[in-house]
Amino acid sequence: MPEPIDLSKMDPIWQKYKGQKGALIPTLQEAQSLYGYLPEEILVGISRKLKVPLSRIYGVVTFYAQFYLTPRGQHLIKSCQGTACHVRGAKGVLESLSRELKIEPGGTTGDRKFSLETVACVGTCFLAPVMMIDEDYYGKLTPKKGVDVLKKYRPKSKEKEA
Amino acid sequence: MGKLISIEKLQQLQKTILQGIDPQRPKVRICMTGCRAFGAVEVRDAFKDSIQENGLQGKVDIVETGCHGFCARAPVVAIDPYGFFYQQLSAKDVPQIVQGTLLEGKPVEKFIYKHPPTGELFPLEKEVPFYREQMKIVLRNCGQVDPTRIEDYIARDGYLAIARVLSAMSPEGVIDEVVRSGLRGRGGAGFPTGNKWKFARNAKGEPKYIICNADEGDPGAFMDRAVLEGDPHTVLEGMLIAAYAIGAQDGYIYVRAEYPIAVTHVKKAVVDARALGLLGEKILGSDFSFDVKIKEGAGAFVCGEETALIASIEGRRGMPRTRPPFPAVSGLWGKPTNINNVETFANIPPIIHRGAGWYASLGTEKSKGTKIFALAGKINNTGLVEVPMGITMERIIFDIGGGIPGGKKFKAAQTGGPSGGCIPATLLNLPIDYDSLTAAGAIMGSGGLIIMDENTCMVDLAKFFLTFTQSESCGRCVPCRLGTKRMLEILKRITEGVGELSDLDTLKELAPMIKDASLCGLGQTAPNPVLTTLNYFLDEYRAHIEEKRCPAGVCKALIRYQIDGQTCKGCGVCLKACPQGAIRGEKKKAHTLDSTLCIKCGICYNECKFGAIKIL
Repeated sequence: MPEPIDLSKMDPIWQKYKGQKGALIPTLQEAQSLYGYLPEEILVGISRKLKVPLSRIYGVVTFYAQFYLTPRGQHLIKSCQGTACHVRGAKGVLESLSRELKIEPGGTTGDRKFSLETVACVGTCFLAPVMMIDEDYYGKLTPKKGVDVLKKYRPKSKEKEA
Repeated sequence: MGKLISIEKLQQLQKTILQGIDPQRPKVRICMTGCRAFGAVEVRDAFKDSIQENGLQGKVDIVETGCHGFCARAPVVAIDPYGFFYQQLSAKDVPQIVQGTLLEGKPVEKFIYKHPPTGELFPLEKEVPFYREQMKIVLRNCGQVDPTRIEDYIARDGYLAIARVLSAMSPEGVIDEVVRSGLRGRGGAGFPTGNKWKFARNAKGEPKYIICNADEGDPGAFMDRAVLEGDPHTVLEGMLIAAYAIGAQDGYIYVRAEYPIAVTHVKKAVVDARALGLLGEKILGSDFSFDVKIKEGAGAFVCGEETALIASIEGRRGMPRTRPPFPAVSGLWGKPTNINNVETFANIPPIIHRGAGWYASLGTEKSKGTKIFALAGKINNTGLVEVPMGITMERIIFDIGGGIPGGKKFKAAQTGGPSGGCIPATLLNLPIDYDSLTAAGAIMGSGGLIIMDENTCMVDLAKFFLTFTQSESCGRCVPCRLGTKRMLEILKRITEGVGELSDLDTLKELAPMIKDASLCGLGQTAPNPVLTTLNYFLDEYRAHIEEKRCPAGVCKALIRYQIDGQTCKGCGVCLKACPQGAIRGEKKKAHTLDSTLCIKCGICYNECKFGAIKIL
């Protein structure tokens, strides 16, 4: 069973943006950093509080790449697919990550350990091909190096599963 | 420091700051932005420790700067007053530098830049070929100052341009100065900045807004990131001057959330400027008031388009709308709004300081000043370079960029990202400015310059850009939403070896329709990468279609891997690395690859140290 959502955590956010124009996106951003994603209850709460129709909120949430409607993994892998990374073989890195984690880009592993995403550019083209895991950069990757990095994030559990 | 209630107070503060600076006192400038990814934090800590151990504490300053530009050599450090440049450092190297330079005043040869083509050593930062050929106006403070210290900016004449504007210039005079400078918008389209300001100044309606577009979404461009991270006050000062000129009191900086350091530094800059009264009510004792809010983007490329960006600030889906009315007339909340890019704003304080005449003397007839390019891809010296407009592609790529790695041949350079086009080797002598690039079928764009070598497939590249624009198309205009999809499907077919010659005609037919019938720049430029590659690399398209062959060895459906028995040493690295178990062989004997099991992931190709894996 998923844990019940504690809406009271949103109280300081309501205060912060009270009466401000254009508050919807910052509210969603802060809600997501609190809960890790945007559960339905939160969206309903935001809709009531900001007096914005839920349909419009859903429109905004699904428009921007940054918002998630489902829980993410403990570690977020962002495999950069920008131009510089592309010409230096980023696709191979992504495919090998995807193969290793057995998920498609956009997916989350069954154990909720990793979510795999692509990003258009993280602005560190000199590291190409690059990926970010949470806040850390890993650059000059090859398909093999990319997978090797993952080991840092799950010591030995892989062998147990196998 | 209290609020600066007059221009004299600002000048006094600058004087006090400068008096406290001993130019002979050693200063270690460490890039703490881009170089972080290469261990700059550890290098900084090692400097701190080593300075302490050698009893130099209090005698040496460590300045945590923004990007120095030479990212390929990260982490980079420069030490003043000597002007020495050290590169590719790690923490363990630091004690030698402290000993050699900080204690003995000499360069430490081991970590000096050695120019690959000649082997010549360049101990001085200003003489390193990568830096020597540049002209830093926008990036004048990047890598020099600590971007989190407003004092550093003020010491280098920061906020004196707005002081001059407030004391001696009318709003019209400021606009006239910017018009005469010839500055054109650095976000991509190159619209004359002064004229844009004039429209917003003349527009009816109150209040008016200033927006700084820091939603640098063009993959392969990172100059706005560097400016915001390395010199955020320049951008604020540029915004202040623009606000004074058009009569705005409120400003927004719309910055990508993907740039956490930039967000932190800009927030700090705003707080510090406010504390000194350089933002807020009655700035420097004048009647002019202006303040700035920061909005973090939520991840949509199309929000770089000004009307989409405005929609996003207003809390809606970032979808562009028809223009006119232009934002100058009806922008944020329906009010007159002036939007400029980060680099454009950063050009303003130097223009005011040194005059329109000086600025207009740089560059070409119609493109004045300098432009920052982000060099990336298959080039030795990846990084940021600022050069005068009109410089040739060849000088950027070979003299500054150090040419192509691994002795490979230059094939093309992509300018302007997904909206731009590729410039082939035959146009290496092209002087770069807004108009020459447009004439070549590309665009200046925000200044991303991706270099490609013989191993880059141009059909695959066109497919790559279309994949990007197709997924970032907001969907409002049918030609963009569906047209890019159809073009992408065709390109996919060609790269999979099932394309037909008639597909090329269809691409050429679709492209102008998408360009003409889309509302915003995204759709209007999306076909450019396809058109330029068709124009300059038609042979490659034909090879994919007629011979089912990818000359660059990239398109998976058209290549296969094979182990060259002569070259293979039987080391077993590929055998272990292959995720499919497709490689067999005994130790120290040539291995073989079973192509029926191979998924062409390329791992063996990357891992082999002997070049024994061949692409056929």
